[in-house]
Amino acid sequence: MVSTRSAAVTPGSLTYTDFPWIIEHREDRCTLCGQCTAVCPKEAIRLSHMRQRLPKLDVMGKKRGSDYRTFTGIRQQTDMAHACIGCGMCSMVCPNDAITPVPGTNENRTTFFDNQKGEPRKRGGRRNVSGPTLLDRIVFDRISMLTDPALDAGRHEFTITTTLGRILSPEDYLDRKINGGWIPATREIFPFVIGSMSFGALSPNMWLGLLQGVAYCNEVLGIPVVMCTGEGGCPPWVLKSPYLKYIILQIASGYFGWDEIIRAIPDMQCDPAAIEIKYGQGAKPGDGGLLMWYKVSKLIARLRGVPEGVDLPSPPVHQTLYSIEESVMKMIQTLSMAFGHKVPIYPKISASTSAKSVLNNLVRNPYAAGLMIDGIDGGTGAAYNVSMDATGHPIASCVRECYLDLAAQGKQNEIPIFAAGGIGKNGNVAQNGMALIMLGASGVHIGKYIMQATAGCLGNEKNRCNVCNIGICPKGITSQNAKLYRRLDPDLVAERVADTFMSISTEVKKIMAPLGRSQSLPIGMSDALGIADKAAADRLQIKYVC
Amino acid sequence: MCRLALKTANRPFSPYEVLTAMEAMQEGYDGSGLGLLLRGMEFEDFKYNPKFPILSGIAHTEKGWHQMTSFMEDRGYELKYDHRFSMHPELIEANDRYRYFVRAYRMPERFRGIAKEKQEAELLKTRLALRKIGEENNDLSVFSFWPDVAMIKEVGWPLQIGDALCLHDGQIKSRVCMAQGRQNTNYGINLYACHPFFIQGISTMTNGENTAFVPIKEWLLGKNITGYMGYQSDSEVFAHILHYTLKKLKLPLAAYKHIITPLSTSELNSHPQGDFLKGLRDACKRLVIDGPNAVIGTLPDETCLLVMDQKKLRPATVGGKKGMWAIASEICGVDAMIPDRDPSLDFQPMREHTVIVPPDRKELLIWSQHDQLPLPLAA
Repeated sequence: MVSTRSAAVTPGSLTYTDFPWIIEHREDRCTLCGQCTAVCPKEAIRLSHMRQRLPKLDVMGKKRGSDYRTFTGIRQQTDMAHACIGCGMCSMVCPNDAITPVPGTNENRTTFFDNQKGEPRKRGGRRNVSGPTLLDRIVFDRISMLTDPALDAGRHEFTITTTLGRILSPEDYLDRKINGGWIPATREIFPFVIGSMSFGALSPNMWLGLLQGVAYCNEVLGIPVVMCTGEGGCPPWVLKSPYLKYIILQIASGYFGWDEIIRAIPDMQCDPAAIEIKYGQGAKPGDGGLLMWYKVSKLIARLRGVPEGVDLPSPPVHQTLYSIEESVMKMIQTLSMAFGHKVPIYPKISASTSAKSVLNNLVRNPYAAGLMIDGIDGGTGAAYNVSMDATGHPIASCVRECYLDLAAQGKQNEIPIFAAGGIGKNGNVAQNGMALIMLGASGVHIGKYIMQATAGCLGNEKNRCNVCNIGICPKGITSQNAKLYRRLDPDLVAERVADTFMSISTEVKKIMAPLGRSQSLPIGMSDALGIADKAAADRLQIKYVC
Repeated sequence: MCRLALKTANRPFSPYEVLTAMEAMQEGYDGSGLGLLLRGMEFEDFKYNPKFPILSGIAHTEKGWHQMTSFMEDRGYELKYDHRFSMHPELIEANDRYRYFVRAYRMPERFRGIAKEKQEAELLKTRLALRKIGEENNDLSVFSFWPDVAMIKEVGWPLQIGDALCLHDGQIKSRVCMAQGRQNTNYGINLYACHPFFIQGISTMTNGENTAFVPIKEWLLGKNITGYMGYQSDSEVFAHILHYTLKKLKLPLAAYKHIITPLSTSELNSHPQGDFLKGLRDACKRLVIDGPNAVIGTLPDETCLLVMDQKKLRPATVGGKKGMWAIASEICGVDAMIPDRDPSLDFQPMREHTVIVPPDRKELLIWSQHDQLPLPLAA
């Protein structure tokens, strides 16, 4: 026996019921195949030898005694490094349904120990707030019925594309057409864009799957989906391929991957869909990008021009720029020039109170092609937990305010506003996106939803999984470890991309048809929106319905 | 759904003819209102000079009436003719109508010989100023102030209103007459909300509902163009889009259809001016109407037009003969206006068509959006 005195009881000692996820294991069903322990990305469970006393009672001989059996069973680790993340991979591989993680109902005592080695918790994923979001609560209540017939989503033709790129005012357009002036480049795209997830954040298989899916949507299904690379460049073969036209290249404050991109310009077969200049991200406003060393593989290192296995933090701001004027004017103009003024260049910022001032600056910059605003519910590959949970600004009011600001100037047609951050958080992707569009966005970016829908990302807003940062993604979506990402078949991801966009497209029609809209996306059609929350209705200038 | 009727003829005719067409189509509306626009005026008791702007509207009180007359005098307008309707007030539902007026003025001395655009701006500003005065105490409604145009709007059955104002007595005639039955019912009853809508000589009326009303309205309001206001009806924006196309963008009439119902990208890819039209569609994207509507309008030169929404979800027919044409929501309306035409030549436009009755009224022009746009700069 082990004496109680010799058991290691330290300030950080916890039992497995203190953990947010507890492994439930049924010994009677377990065949000890070991698949669960092999698949567990956190090594939260291990096979261990256990001893069990078997009481031995000889009634006739009036003797008592004990027998012991030694066997192999499954134990949950109780140290922070091996805390179960609830991903459920163990139950996925178990042939006998003998094991599954369940959420701990005890108060989550591990929170106090998330700062191991003095480092606050970092994770990937999204803000851990579950339940319906404001976007989920918006309803479309202006239904054509008696005064006018609703359209038929299945029978009528619908135009569900939006414009990415600066649109001139009608007067300017005609003036430049007559006098031979420059007409800014625009793209007609599907309003749901695959948001920026970098080639470092995503595994090569995931990225390839997305790209294949996007190409299929465009070339076979006729749905002009585009995807954004995020920071970190783009594989050289893609830069030189005809698929580049479906890709928005992102430049962020770390400039990772941009050497490759600039060098590839002469060899590009076509222009990219657009260039996104990232100034901020909704999940971690005021913070730069972060690719943790676990994920800086040989391939990523080569692509980004950095050594292997080092953390790659991007600064919170573009270090060469001192002011908003410079950021907007200098950077946008320079990039526009680099691509021969043929590619829309737009900035991405975090939703915040300064979004309007950025927007007003863009309105006065003839080269600015749009504004992408990312709200507090946006996702990330890696950030400090506190940033994700407690810093930022919700997307709906930010977009609405910006749109109304443009509308007051009669310029809402000119700078398209794209919105992101929590679209489809609870699965209602078309509803959330269309609500934002009717609040004034020209389109939306979706990231986490795409990972969930196309690759079965296990993360949710109940603190499940969230390990995108350390490269142990149990599904192989955000890992650079070949052993893990080989779990993901790019072809199947591509198939899901097509499924997803086909169904979004159908749902969008099902929203537009009853409103009587078919020829143009109902951008700013706020008269169609209602919400059972007086304060939100007033703030968003939509109807209060209850 | 509203019913619409327009008749245009070389020889002036009584607006009562159009009201009989409204009566023929009476099953299509609920008698909640009438809007009439007359253009190419002729008065029985006055030799009208078509350069004189005509002010038309309703004074609801004597005070409103005096405010209006003194405002016009102060602004330097000289009254040349004041039409007196032979009234049957008992046929009017509303009881706050002091006087219906159609008054022709001579332009103030200071506007003689100045640029046409400035004169037109003055006429618009005067109408808006009067509207503002009327809105203060709700005692005056001014529908139009423009040479050779008169407008009448009232709540009730069209024919009954015609009888109330004795429009059958031949005192007023016109070469173009547009009528719409039904008040706007989507947004509160308001005389200004009654079709047709008018701005600087350009007028349209519509049946159906404009589902893209709010974004279009917000965009037009944001342009801060004088007169782009009101919007008591969801289709008032059609008149303003037409005005914007012709007067502000100075595009030909054929561009109107391209702006309100642009062709799809694949259609434009094979259009002779696809590149230009794609740019125009993007630049004017907020003006896409989405429908369902049939839009009927007239221009200052007495051109008349009819266009459909992109899905063609509203009926409209045009028919007639040399010198005389009619457009109506239903064939029975056209029959009532021009019974002796060859009905086999009636035309029901499809989604890509713009039907034009040119000022000479010799023959109908049908423009397709797939045709070359008559626009030198687009080439």
